[in-house]
Amino acid sequence: MLEAIGVPSIDALFEPVPAAVRLQRELDLPPALSEPDLTAHLGALAGQNADPSTHAVFLGAGAYRHFAPSFIDQLLLRSEFYTAYTPYQPEIAQGTLQAIFEFQTLVSELMGTDLANASMYDGSTAMTEAAMMACRLTKRDRIVVARSVHPHYREVLDTYAKNLGLSIVEVGYLPDGTLDVGALADAAKGAAGVVFQYPNFFGVIEDPRKAVEVARAAGALSVAVVAEPVAMGLLAPPGSLGVDIVAAELQAFGVPLGYGGPYCGVIAASEKCMRQMPGRFVGMATDTEGRTGFVLTLATREQHIRREKATSNICTNSGLMALAATMFMAAYGKEGLPELARLNFDKAHYAEAAIRKAGAKAGVTLRFVAPFFNEFVIGGLGDGAAVQKRLLGSGIIAGLPLERYYPELRDSLLVCVTELNRAEEIDRLAEALAG
Amino acid sequence: MYPQTYKYTNDHEWIDLATGRMGVTDYAQKQLGDIVFLELPEVGKTVKKGEQMGSVESVKAVSEIFAPVSGTIAEVNAGLAEKPESINLDAHGSWMVAITPADPAEAQELLDAAQYAELTK
Amino acid sequence: MTTPDHRDQLIFELSTPGRKGYSLPAHDVPPAPLEGGVPDGLLRSGLAGFPEMTEVGLVRHFTRLSTWNYGVDTGMYPLGSCTMKYNPKVNEAAARMRGFAEVHPLAPDEAAQGALAIMHALAGMLGEITGLPTVSLQPAAGAHGELTGMMMIRKRLITRDGHPRKLVLIPDSAHGTNPSSAHLCGYQVREIKSCARGNLSVSVLAEAMTPEVAGLMLTNPNTLGMFEDEICDAARIVHEKGGLVYCDGANMNALIGKARPGDFGVDIMHLNLHKTFSTPHGGGGPGSGPVVATREFEPFLPTPVVVATRDGLRLDYDRPLSIGRVKAFHGNFGMILRAYAYIRALGPKGIRESAENAVLNANYVRARLRDAYEVPYDRVNMHEVIFSDHKQNEYGVTTLDIAKRLIDLGFHPPTIYFPLIVHGALMVEPTESEGLDELDRFVEAMLQIAEEARTNPDLLKKAPVTTRRSRFDEATAARKPILKWTRPVG
Repeated sequence: MLEAIGVPSIDALFEPVPAAVRLQRELDLPPALSEPDLTAHLGALAGQNADPSTHAVFLGAGAYRHFAPSFIDQLLLRSEFYTAYTPYQPEIAQGTLQAIFEFQTLVSELMGTDLANASMYDGSTAMTEAAMMACRLTKRDRIVVARSVHPHYREVLDTYAKNLGLSIVEVGYLPDGTLDVGALADAAKGAAGVVFQYPNFFGVIEDPRKAVEVARAAGALSVAVVAEPVAMGLLAPPGSLGVDIVAAELQAFGVPLGYGGPYCGVIAASEKCMRQMPGRFVGMATDTEGRTGFVLTLATREQHIRREKATSNICTNSGLMALAATMFMAAYGKEGLPELARLNFDKAHYAEAAIRKAGAKAGVTLRFVAPFFNEFVIGGLGDGAAVQKRLLGSGIIAGLPLERYYPELRDSLLVCVTELNRAEEIDRLAEALAG
Repeated sequence: MYPQTYKYTNDHEWIDLATGRMGVTDYAQKQLGDIVFLELPEVGKTVKKGEQMGSVESVKAVSEIFAPVSGTIAEVNAGLAEKPESINLDAHGSWMVAITPADPAEAQELLDAAQYAELTK
Repeated sequence: MTTPDHRDQLIFELSTPGRKGYSLPAHDVPPAPLEGGVPDGLLRSGLAGFPEMTEVGLVRHFTRLSTWNYGVDTGMYPLGSCTMKYNPKVNEAAARMRGFAEVHPLAPDEAAQGALAIMHALAGMLGEITGLPTVSLQPAAGAHGELTGMMMIRKRLITRDGHPRKLVLIPDSAHGTNPSSAHLCGYQVREIKSCARGNLSVSVLAEAMTPEVAGLMLTNPNTLGMFEDEICDAARIVHEKGGLVYCDGANMNALIGKARPGDFGVDIMHLNLHKTFSTPHGGGGPGSGPVVATREFEPFLPTPVVVATRDGLRLDYDRPLSIGRVKAFHGNFGMILRAYAYIRALGPKGIRESAENAVLNANYVRARLRDAYEVPYDRVNMHEVIFSDHKQNEYGVTTLDIAKRLIDLGFHPPTIYFPLIVHGALMVEPTESEGLDELDRFVEAMLQIAEEARTNPDLLKKAPVTTRRSRFDEATAARKPILKWTRPVG
């Protein structure tokens, strides 16, 4: 090969790199491991983490454990899916393209919107991009966001806003954990978007119609964040309630918890947002023989064409995770998703009652007395973080201490119960919390 | 090739000063390829000469539409926005907006058909 | 009966009422009342558009879709700049270990020591590989890393000077995400023209580098596959005027173990784990775009940061000068884990050899094809090589035709029409994964196409003909976009 190239050595190929900066030593990295040694090493590290086989876990807060039928992971391992690139050559990427088209269709149906894009990095960046889209569409630069939106999502929005010169106004929650509609209406005047979460970060089921009304009166767009999409099996879809933009995290749909990523964000919205949407779209097309298929479309919004004037700098999406979500939605389907949602609802309500009953004497309370889906906040614990630590010793991860994000909720834990938490486990949690 | 009654800009646009109607030239249409979308200003908007007032998109390119003269948008060709591919078939017959010029002196700075043909050689 | 139509159906058309492809765990609690439990008017009436399928129906549908795709495991995927290298299978097995796949991101630190250990170790290894020891693993992809890096530059300038400056200089050969990321960060972009050799021109840079300029954003090796050989001078010019150098690390796979950006004047850069460190591209994502920087950037890292303490590893949230958070949780851990496994499997020697072989392979392809195709910058290149369709234009054949014909001959096409400064660019990046036999097959296919362009251009115009679908009418698709399936009426 060197002869064909006409150089004496591989090092000669690196001559364009100035000699002074060519590395004259081997990198200081650990030595190579064989596959069995690597597997053993990683297995040992995996063993240092708590998972549902070692602990009873009641954490949600934007990342949910649900049952994904086994076939999903097996098909994700079809290497034609996971070793492919972005489908820029449609003739040899119809599998990816059709799957995304099915994804866009399912997400639009799930959220009750006209359209959905081909996925985003995650829920937090989807929400931030949705807020920026609201600014472009209204030509305004202020975003109103409820404090009951996921704190990480709000932090990401703040980070982007600081650099873009957008102003962010946060609006508090009422004593029952729901939107403070009065304060929201005051803040919304002149705003581009009104952002709330459904169900909210505390698990409370907000009424999107209230936010829609506030936004419309102010000439702003309403943005619903959906971080637990299983709730959509039970609750009216935001689009059908008049919400303009939905920014969602679909991790709950067949994507492993995996210590926080990769997950699957998506934006679903009304038709008027189409040309201002960030991210990719797949559209139906016909080939030269008149056969139907799918292509990436509306590409002129994207950075590789519009460069600094693009709707977003995003290049990568969450293609493989979107495929997992597509298979999950298709598997549960029309009947299964409502059933799954109902089981979550029932288990969470059973847990809430059990915790309150067992903990009554110890002063354990439901912090927000309002309708909830599969998460709720319990208060009266003194120091939530200390309680979490105490229960960890008995093999229970009790919920999320809220003090870091809400100093006023130091005595509280956000508890999540899904279909995978067995009644026996829930009873154990209730007993442990009480004493 | 380029109608004598029109004036032209360096940005490959034509304007019919008699009606104020403007569009992109046949040369621009060829460069862009299949045109798929138009973004046009609203009636009543005032524009300055050279200012971006819209865009024309093909499958894989975007080109800005600049105001050929200063003035007010008097009319928008909504029909063209519905059928942007007409530009590929007849660029000089596909007007996008009509502008009521604010300063007739600006017209002096535009190119005539011969000068524009020279520019695109 | 199986008909061609049946095999083309969407999942919605395959749906049959009453079919079921799921099962739920035991309903071991009493039902909770919906009345009062769900606010009035918020109970969902149904999911009419969702399908009803059996498990086997689902499996056949998605398996069939997979067969219409081409992946790295199908064959050579010489997509320049995207670095489609082989994705080791042990990494997939590791990511599926229960102690990784089922760990909740908000688990208390003491219950996630194994995950934190991998993050901490990978950060250290990326710091060593790049010579830039301050690391954030949070960004979700390359462009996200660019944005994060630019935010850190902005924050550092504000902290240092009280203002962020106005402009960012970007070469005209840059990937579109660069100007877009700089713009999202509140900067105006000034494009600087490459010199005739396809490199950054130090004199043009010196002229453009005013006190208004926050920094230079460049890719090295650049998008033409060339090392920016005047990078040290360029960095000095930028630094002398108080600016900072951002490097797009998309092409770092050419340099690992051979040169470190921290040693040639780069202040901050991102890496694409899905390129250089073998994590799979997943049909367009997920990615992972860690940022690495000099020590001066440490206070500005996104929160949280993994730190070692006497009580083990923990996530540090108390960082007053941080740019803030750029993503929920802690980054794409699944990709971080795979990249960690890749580096541990290769070791220092293997890492270096991966760069050497990538560069060797690309130069071999250039040498074998330089007579048949124009090479706009014909000298030793790094990990990728750019051809153009100049010679084939004579027969009316364009880059698109060449790319489509390659599909018929069993290869994924190269990246086409990028970088924008080369007319009709074909950007070939074989990666280190290909052996000589596969490279020769690719070269033969390209030579055959060059011959066909001369003798039978129509064949190329019609390509591909071996696929399920031929070329699409993308113009009509963009004019009247159909973005979801709707049930035909009647």
